[in-house]
Amino acid sequence: MKLTKTLMVTTALTVASGTAFADGHMASDMTLVSWGGAYQASQQNAYVAPYLEMNPGVTAVWDESSAEAVAKLRAMNEAGNVTWDVVDVVAADAIRLCDEGLALEIDPDEDLAAAPDGTSAADDFGDLLVSDCFIPQIVYSTTFGYRTDLVGDTPPTSVCAVFDTEAYPGKRSLEKRPINNMEWALLCDGVAKDDVYDVLATAEGQQQALDKLATIKDDVIWWSAGADTPQLLADGEVVMGSTYNGRLFAAIEEQDQPIGMLWDAQVFDLDGWIIPAGLSPEREARARDFVKFATDTQRLADQAKYISYGPARASSAPLVGKHETLGIDMAPHMPTDPNNAKNTFLYNYEFWADYRDDIDAKFQAWLAQ
Amino acid sequence: MAEVMQAADGTPLKRSLARALRRQKLRALGLIAPLLFFVLITFIIPIGNMLFRSVENDIVQNTLPGTIAVLTAREETGVPGEDVFTALYIDLFIAEEQKLHTRLGSRLNYEQTGASSMFRRTGRAVGRFDTGTYTDAITDANPAWEDPAHWAATVEANAADLPRTANAWSRWQAVFAAEGDEIGKRNLEDFLFTALYLDLRDADAAPAGLDAAYDAARATDPVSIKDAFIDADDKWGAPQIWETLTLYAPKYTPGYFLNSLDYQKTPDGIEKRPENEQIYITLFGRTIWMSLLITFSCIALGYPIAWLLANLPMRKANVLLILVLLPFWTSLLVRTSAWKVMLQQQGVINDVLVWVGLVDNANRLIMINNQFGTIVAMTHILLPFMILPMYSVMQTIPPSYLRAAKSLGATNWTAFWRVYFPQSVPGIGAGSILVFILAIGYYITPEIVGGTKGVFISNRIAYHISSSLNWGLAAALGTILLVAVLVLYWAYDKIVGIDNVKLG
Repeated sequence: MKLTKTLMVTTALTVASGTAFADGHMASDMTLVSWGGAYQASQQNAYVAPYLEMNPGVTAVWDESSAEAVAKLRAMNEAGNVTWDVVDVVAADAIRLCDEGLALEIDPDEDLAAAPDGTSAADDFGDLLVSDCFIPQIVYSTTFGYRTDLVGDTPPTSVCAVFDTEAYPGKRSLEKRPINNMEWALLCDGVAKDDVYDVLATAEGQQQALDKLATIKDDVIWWSAGADTPQLLADGEVVMGSTYNGRLFAAIEEQDQPIGMLWDAQVFDLDGWIIPAGLSPEREARARDFVKFATDTQRLADQAKYISYGPARASSAPLVGKHETLGIDMAPHMPTDPNNAKNTFLYNYEFWADYRDDIDAKFQAWLAQ
Repeated sequence: MAEVMQAADGTPLKRSLARALRRQKLRALGLIAPLLFFVLITFIIPIGNMLFRSVENDIVQNTLPGTIAVLTAREETGVPGEDVFTALYIDLFIAEEQKLHTRLGSRLNYEQTGASSMFRRTGRAVGRFDTGTYTDAITDANPAWEDPAHWAATVEANAADLPRTANAWSRWQAVFAAEGDEIGKRNLEDFLFTALYLDLRDADAAPAGLDAAYDAARATDPVSIKDAFIDADDKWGAPQIWETLTLYAPKYTPGYFLNSLDYQKTPDGIEKRPENEQIYITLFGRTIWMSLLITFSCIALGYPIAWLLANLPMRKANVLLILVLLPFWTSLLVRTSAWKVMLQQQGVINDVLVWVGLVDNANRLIMINNQFGTIVAMTHILLPFMILPMYSVMQTIPPSYLRAAKSLGATNWTAFWRVYFPQSVPGIGAGSILVFILAIGYYITPEIVGGTKGVFISNRIAYHISSSLNWGLAAALGTILLVAVLVLYWAYDKIVGIDNVKLG
C-alpha cells in the first residue's frame, strides 16, 4: 500500500518535472538529419550534445539521410507526414527545397543569433545566405589531392595538371557529374575565370568543356561517393583526384597517407540546415530554438575542432582553435584560409539550378558514348 | 415435361447449389481479404500512383489557369500581347502567395533551361510592378476600396460587369480560405486593382455604384504589364517560354515518355533529341543485354554447383549449401566493395598476376569501372538466386534414370544431355527469370563498379528520383522497364512455356 503510494507520487513528480523541463510549447524530441560519418560526429560534439545538456528532457535522434533528403522530404510532404525536424543539406538542395515549398523561410535577424559584438546575423553570414530557407553552417570545398610519391619532383601547383597527362601520367578521379568538372575544363582550356559561366551557358561552350574532358576521358575514374577518392589515392589507383577538402584532411593528417593538397581553383560550397515545412507548432518551435543555438558564433567555431571545414560566420573565424585530438592548428587547413584561397570558385547556384538538367543530360550522354 | 430437380427445402437444386458454392467462395475470399488489402494498399496503389506520374502534368494548368486559357485560345504563335501577360500577372501573384510559382519553374526547367530562375526572379518582382498607380487612383477616388468588405460586396453585386475582378477575387479568397483565413486590409494587393481597372476600362458605362472608380480608371493611363515582365526577366520577351507553356498546357502529356525514348515535343511535332543528348535507348539496350549476359554466366557457374549439391551425401551437401547462402549474411555494399579490392589495378588479382609474371607491371589489367566489373560483381551477387531453384528441381530427379540410361548403352554425355538435362530445365527457367528480373533493376552495384560503360537504366531512374526530382521522367523510364520485362516474360512463355518453370 505504502509502496504503491510512493510510486504514484514519484511518477506524478517525474511527469510534472518532465513537462516543466520540456517547456510546454516546444516538442521534447527531435529528429536531426545529416550525412553520417565524421561530419555528423562534429555536429554532435560541437552543438547537439551541448544543446541536449542545456535542455534536459529533450532527446535527439539522427537520421543519416542527407544524400536523399530532397526526394524523401518531398515524399513525406506528399504523404502529409513529415517526421524530420531539422535537415542538413548542401545549399543547392536547400534552394531546390525552398523552390518546392518544402522548407520554411527564415528571417536571419529574427531566427538566428547575432554575433557577440552585436553584428546582425544577416551581416555576419553575409553572401552565404543564398536562399530564403537556408541557414549555413560550414564552407567546404571540392578540390584536388595528389599522391606526393607518384608525381615526380614537381608536384602540381595548378588545377590544369589534371588535364596534363604527359607531365603527370596515371589515372585521375573526378566526380560523376558535370558540376565543377565543366568549370575546371573550361578554365584549363583558356577561358578566363570571370567568363566561365557565360561560356558554359552556350551550347558551344558546353561542347568545348566536354571536348576538353574528352582528352583525359580514358584516364578518369568517376566517383559518386566522397570516400572514393581518398581510397583510390591511398591504394595508388589514381595520382590525383577531386573530393571534399575534409576527406583529404582526414587522409593526410589522421591516416598519414602520402597525399598533398592542391588548393588551386577549389570550388567553395555551403552546407547548412533547413527546417521542413509542415511541422506542428511545437516541433517547429523546438527546431527554431535548436537551429538558433547551433549556428551561433561559438558553436560554429567549435565545429572546426573536429573537422576541417570553415565556419560560415565571419565572426567565428578568429575563434577557430586546435583539433580536438590531433592538437594541430586548424586555421591553415580551412579552405577559407588566405593561403589556400588564392584562386577559388564559388559554386554558382543560380546557374546550376537553371542548367543542371540540360547539362547533366549532355554530360551523361557523353559519358555513355 | 422435365421436372425441375428440387432440394430438400423445396428450392430448385441448381439455385441451392449455386448459393452453397457462393458462400464457399465468399468464405475463401474472406480468408485472403487481409492479404488482398495489404497487397492493394502497400503495393498496387503506390506503384500505380507512381506510374501515373509519367503522364500527369496538371501543375501548369493548376498554377496558371488564367494564362493557359487565354494562351491556348489564341491563333497566332510567338510572344503574346498584354492580355496574356495580364492573366499571367494575376496567376503569378496568386501562385507566389502560395509559393507554387517556383515549383512550376522547376517543372518547366526540365523542358526549357532557365525556366527555374525565370519564375523565381519574376515571383520576387511581381509585387513591385508599377500597377500601384491603379491602386492609388482607385483608392483616392473612393477610400472605401481599402476595405475588404466593400470589395466583397461590390464584386458580388457586379460579377457580370467585372469578370476579371470577380475571378481574381474569388481565387484570392480561396487562397486565404484554404488556410482558414480571410482577406485582410493588407492583402488588397495591386493585382486586384489591376483587374478592376481593366474591367472598368472595358466597360461602356460605369456599373451601378462604381462611378468614382470608373472615372478614376478612365483618367489613369495604362501601365504595360508586358514591359514589366520583360524587365523582370528578358526571356519573357522571347518566344521559347511561350512555346513551352503551350506545349505543356494539357493536363496529361506524352512528354516524359518521349524523353525516355530520346524524343522530344517541339512546336513542329515530335522530333528525335539532338545526338549529344541521346542516352536512354542506349541504356535500355545495355541493361537488357548485360542482364542476359549475367543470367547466362549465372547458369554456367550455378549448374555444376547445383548438380553437386543434389548428388552429394546429405551431410556434405548441407555444408555446401551453407556456403552458397553465406553471402546473404553480408551486406550488399560490402560484397560489392570487396570486388573493388580484388579487381582494381593495384588490387589482389593484378598483384598476383604481376608477381607470377603473367602481366607486366606497367600494363596491369583493367577489370573494374567497366562492363566486366559489373558483370563479375553482379554474377557473384545473384548466383544464389540461380543455384537454389536449380538445386530444388535437381533434387527431385531420381538418380535411377541416369543409371537406367547407362545400362541401356548411353554414354555419360548422352545420358546427361538426353535424360538428365531436360528434366532440370524447369529449374534453369525459374532461376533465369529470377536472376534476370533482379539484374534488370540493379543500380547500387553498377554505380560502384560500373564506371561509365557498365551503368544501367536504373542508375538514371535513381538519379531522377533522388537528385533531379524529375519524378515524371523516372516514372516513364520505370514504366518502360516494367513493360520490357512483361514482354520478355511473354516471349519466354511462348518459347519455353511458363508451365515449365518450377521452384522445386
